[in-house]
Amino acid sequence: MKLRHLLAAALIAGCATTQAATLKWGAQNDILTLDPHSQNHATTHGILQHTYEGLVRYTKDFQVEPSLATSWQLISPTQVRFILRKGVKFHDGSPFTADDVVFSYGRIIQPQGTNQIYVSGVKEVKKIDDHTVDLILSGPNPVLLRLLVDFRIMNRAWSVKNKSENVQNYVAKEESYASRNANGTGPYLIKLWEPDKRIVFAANPAWWDKLQGNATEVIYTPIKADATRIAALLSGDVDIVTDLPTQDVQRLRNEPKLKVLDGHEVRTIFIGMDQFSPELKYSSVKGKNPFKDMRVRKALNLAVDREAIKRVTMRGLSIPAAIMVAPGVHGHTPDIDKVSPADVEGAKKLLAEAGYPNGFDFGLDCPNNRYVNDEEICQALVGMWARIGLKAKLNAQPMATFIQKIQKFDHDAYMLGWGVATFDGLYTLQSLMRTKTTGADGSFNLGRISDAKLDSLIDAMKTETDVKKRDAMLREALVATRDNYYYVPLHHQLRPWAMKKNVSTVHKADDRPESRFARID
Amino acid sequence: MAAVAGWLRRAWAHDLAWSFRRSPVTILAAFLTLVCVGSAVFAPWVAPHSPFDSATLNLSDGFTPPSWTEKGSSKYLLGTDDQGRDVLSTIMYGARISLGVGLAAVLFSATLGVSLGLLSGYLGGRLDAFIMRVADIQLSFPAILIALLIDGMTRIALPRDMHDQLAVYVLVLAIGVSGWVQYARTVRGSTLVEKNKEYVQAARVIGRHPLAILLHHVLPNVTGPVLVIATIHIATAIITEATLSFLGVGVPPTQPSLGTLIRVGNDFLFSGEWWITVFPGAALIVLVLSVNLLGDWLRDALNPKLR
Repeated sequence: MKLRHLLAAALIAGCATTQAATLKWGAQNDILTLDPHSQNHATTHGILQHTYEGLVRYTKDFQVEPSLATSWQLISPTQVRFILRKGVKFHDGSPFTADDVVFSYGRIIQPQGTNQIYVSGVKEVKKIDDHTVDLILSGPNPVLLRLLVDFRIMNRAWSVKNKSENVQNYVAKEESYASRNANGTGPYLIKLWEPDKRIVFAANPAWWDKLQGNATEVIYTPIKADATRIAALLSGDVDIVTDLPTQDVQRLRNEPKLKVLDGHEVRTIFIGMDQFSPELKYSSVKGKNPFKDMRVRKALNLAVDREAIKRVTMRGLSIPAAIMVAPGVHGHTPDIDKVSPADVEGAKKLLAEAGYPNGFDFGLDCPNNRYVNDEEICQALVGMWARIGLKAKLNAQPMATFIQKIQKFDHDAYMLGWGVATFDGLYTLQSLMRTKTTGADGSFNLGRISDAKLDSLIDAMKTETDVKKRDAMLREALVATRDNYYYVPLHHQLRPWAMKKNVSTVHKADDRPESRFARID
Repeated sequence: MAAVAGWLRRAWAHDLAWSFRRSPVTILAAFLTLVCVGSAVFAPWVAPHSPFDSATLNLSDGFTPPSWTEKGSSKYLLGTDDQGRDVLSTIMYGARISLGVGLAAVLFSATLGVSLGLLSGYLGGRLDAFIMRVADIQLSFPAILIALLIDGMTRIALPRDMHDQLAVYVLVLAIGVSGWVQYARTVRGSTLVEKNKEYVQAARVIGRHPLAILLHHVLPNVTGPVLVIATIHIATAIITEATLSFLGVGVPPTQPSLGTLIRVGNDFLFSGEWWITVFPGAALIVLVLSVNLLGDWLRDALNPKLR
């Protein structure tokens, strides 16, 4: 009896893995380019990870595992040796060697691209032999491997042959062979890309690893309009849809033909405040900057009813946030991310203590096409702050104009979301809390917060390799940010995906589905 | 002269009143129009909530269904939208913008159209040919395209913040400009007839200024048709405004018209919150239908041939 069951199970499993299937995937946006070093853009990375691989990759739960490199070791704190996988072939048949890694490093650091961050701290890549490279670092780097996940390897010979040694200059509307064609080592070949229409993938028969699912063909269709995208899933035109509009999730859950795969994204939505300018630009308060007063920032925090935003605006699809990093990011622990309920009276009292018993006006800048329900959340905030006497003047704009405005510090308060590509809290701390410099430090510290204690913690963390010590620093920095109310964290986004009943895949917290996990029964 | 005019006006009113009393549909239409206009004009005093005062909003009340449904609340007769605003109140405030824009656009159209029609008909010649050819060209475009064109141009010309503040005026201008042709053509036709009549010639003989002749002699005799066109045009203007706002190029959501409300509510239609878009839609239909019925009645009542 037992044996028969086992046999049957093995038979079914055997059949299922060999059965080829097409996965039709609908999402909101198209990719910008096929050049893996050109644009640091979430959708583009999500598609290109199917074709181009890095030295390392993430497991299902975001641990780093070998990919094009089979092992690595620290030779010194600033020198890491990578042993490359042997027998790997690019899609055009040429072998993968150390030359390709050296070439790709030289390519990704070119200034016209926007992906240099993924090799930040790497001074040089040295070829030792055909299957060994050494990365020379400018200092010890505890998150090096996580950064390298999105450093994708291109073939040197192919790039040279097709005159694509240089990264496409996307901003200058340049096109190159590599921006229209792909030649990676990954699980899927890109057969066709018709911009704004579809991308067709075929499984790579010569891939060094095995597909965990059975999707041998994938067709990606960008569908801008929310209603059309959902209609495509309901009518069966696509098998899986990402970028679900929140108001439709409940309906999709009730649909017997479909299922919804829940999961969170490692992205935190928050409000930042100008804590640098001597006077706010759009405020009724003249001669001083009320956001420099911690009591005012605390009042802004206390007035926000995060549960109401979760229930009404987000329809349950958010995790109310007290700290600036989401669950799943290293450094996040539930005990420091406990949200206190809204306290209107307490907030009013704080404002009165700070000398604003009648509140004041200020400007609030928001994107209206970037985060889930961004403009609606801002409208809700305007209402919540109005109850404690603060009048926020909302200016909601498309991301492109919004981001230019706030990067010029032309704001009093602004909404932003911060995703963590490295799954490590330092990424957020360094970008958002570290005193602004011209480089990566404080690159998005747009409120120009400057806290010497936080700065020294963050700088120490960058090179601290003792895990325990570093974890303690990470925690201290996140708690200090919270208790000084430098930001108003709102929530961590949840990003469910909807699919037909017969489709299964692994939800990824970076919101990038990987077709190698997808199976269609 | 004044006595004669007063007597004429009284008789006219009496005539209209008689035909009004005989038509129950018209009475109903007038009643509904009165309700719509009344609740729009007096919205700040009669609306149950003030939906655009952020301090009174409670997000927790968002998506409350209409009061007669299971989960409804007696506080919100027609339910609430995604921000917890009372739908009935937003409709009242929305109708205010819709009616305001409609009326202002009609006034603008009528002024422009009547003036051009009078000049064109009375002066004739090259000016007449020019104005009428422009009218012909404009008639070959749908009015909505012209309104879109004007709106689009101001969007490019004005910075965003300024455009939002001026959106209502831009809309009035866009709809107004797109509708002047009917007035101009009608008035030109009537003017051509009137200008050769003896009273006009008499005025000319005694040396009155042409402008005075136009304003004092010709204009009063061509206003009948203008009144009819204007009434029907109000309905068209409201629809055009709603269409533009529905397309997202009309008034901003911070001061929504009925069209904006329908557009915003449209996002929630499929997820089951039908009341956010259906009620503003119904309000728009009722408003436009009753104004149209009134216009039809006016046209018939003023046209002796149909009596």
